[in-house]
Amino acid sequence: MQKEQKIATRDSYGNKLAEIGEKNKKIVVLDADLSGATKTSIFAKKFPERFFDMGIAEQDMLGTAAGFATCGEIPYVSTFAVFAAGRAYDQIRNSICYPKLNVKICATHAGITVGEDGATHQMLEDISLMRTLPNIIVMSTSDDIQTKWAVEEISKINGPVYLRLGRMAVSTIYEQGQKFEIGKGIQIGEGTDATVIATGPMVEQAILAQEELKEKGINIRVIDIHTIKPIDKEIIVKAAKETKKIITIEDHSIIGGLGSAVCEVLSEENPVKVTRLGMKDCFGKSGKAEELLKYFGLNKEKIIEEILK
Amino acid sequence: MKITDISELEKIAKNIRIKIIEQIYRGQSGHPGGALSCADILTVLYFQQMNINPKMPTSEARDRFILSKGHASAALYATLALRGYFEEKELEGFRNINSILQGHPDMKHIPGVDMTTGSLGQGLSVANGIALSSKLNKNGNRVYCLLGDGEIEEGQVWEAAMSSAHYKLDNLCVIVDNNNLQIDGTIEQVMNSRPIDKKFESFGFNVINIDGHNIEEIIDSFEKAKMVKGKPTAIIAKTIKGKGVSFMENQVGWHGKAPNEEQYNQAIQELSK
Repeated sequence: MQKEQKIATRDSYGNKLAEIGEKNKKIVVLDADLSGATKTSIFAKKFPERFFDMGIAEQDMLGTAAGFATCGEIPYVSTFAVFAAGRAYDQIRNSICYPKLNVKICATHAGITVGEDGATHQMLEDISLMRTLPNIIVMSTSDDIQTKWAVEEISKINGPVYLRLGRMAVSTIYEQGQKFEIGKGIQIGEGTDATVIATGPMVEQAILAQEELKEKGINIRVIDIHTIKPIDKEIIVKAAKETKKIITIEDHSIIGGLGSAVCEVLSEENPVKVTRLGMKDCFGKSGKAEELLKYFGLNKEKIIEEILK
Repeated sequence: MKITDISELEKIAKNIRIKIIEQIYRGQSGHPGGALSCADILTVLYFQQMNINPKMPTSEARDRFILSKGHASAALYATLALRGYFEEKELEGFRNINSILQGHPDMKHIPGVDMTTGSLGQGLSVANGIALSSKLNKNGNRVYCLLGDGEIEEGQVWEAAMSSAHYKLDNLCVIVDNNNLQIDGTIEQVMNSRPIDKKFESFGFNVINIDGHNIEEIIDSFEKAKMVKGKPTAIIAKTIKGKGVSFMENQVGWHGKAPNEEQYNQAIQELSK
């Protein structure tokens, strides 16, 4: 893991989007007055004729994207996660998922790691909301390499995708050339003392915990779930069978998110106790991302504490 | 096939109305009032105005129609069947479990349906996306979007109206089916969306007020809309909810109710005159 150079997944998204826009002329990009923050501005500068600022009107933006998709374009739509999955939920449901239109919703600023903007802007329910919708693939990427892969990979699928991205810079976990597959989790380490199933920026925290525990002679495995729907049942069940503890961690509510998805799999396939770390049915608050992670128990210290219990 | 003879078009509109009633009676479910009010508009669009080919329902260069007021599905299905998109026999299954004809238009299963609708207020945004795509690809096709006058109480409609004008979508034509009734009462009683024309005008639309049951006026308004450059057009079509069936006309109770046998017979008799 590269800890020196941290990069936010929204930056990886913006850069990769501008790159693939060169090859794929079917890609159009829509934003709701946040292109500087979501990083679609990089694409906008390069391809102004294929960039559409829809103003502060997210519901209209998602509908417009649906219209583009009916004509064969591949719209990438960005705004903050709270305004995409939250405000435009019905548009995503009825105008995109039901007719299975090829819209890529790339929502940035997910979770409490948004930081100072506080609770109104910290989306903690998007995985939950999106995951219940039929026809959509729900992704939440953990680092630069994986995000860049996802941004291109989703352009090759015909159907709706929700890609959850973050504002906070994170370490680069993977090497160039790492193989990823939609719907397949990544197992990091072979440890059997416990498994930490994580997504998004929490994968970095899980790996940090893994490294620290190793020094204490405790070997855990980390599973990076970048595709929350469809979820990789196999890797989860295998971990439940082979390791002593299952802990999930996400920068999201523990209701309906990754933790719930893991519990759904295990309760049906291989019932074991699962400890869910995440936002415990509460709103976030203002503060620096790192302070908030500590405050709400979403960091390596909390993971270590749970494992040592 | 483009029909220009007015009396011929009037006959088709009548036929559409009959098929609306038949579908809703057979399915014992549906929305007759708002379907009957837009039958003449749909007739002109599908039989006189739009560049479409029922044999190639997904061709790229076709004109598009979005029934944003998706609950008027019986009107759209009748129109599509008569225009040859699918067998008229399909109409017998309206809203039934084994039919392709869902309660509200479903683009994935019904030939000729350009967009899935039903949740009010969403169609104009989609129409904008199509119009933008058409401009981007220089397709030269036109996009039509039918809104209800109750539907425009949805805020998204005005977000979309802003976008239509901002992007100068002169290939877009909005039609408001101004039948003046919604579920809970008249538009004025429930949530006054008037003045509709002034609203669209102030949002940057070219606005045309017409009698939505006068075939000639409908044709004329679409022709005028084509001439306007640099801005979208909104046609405010004054209509009668339940048009053509005496006991349904202007009756709020016939928004979403199926006729019984006696009412059905009377309706068909009146429409067959």
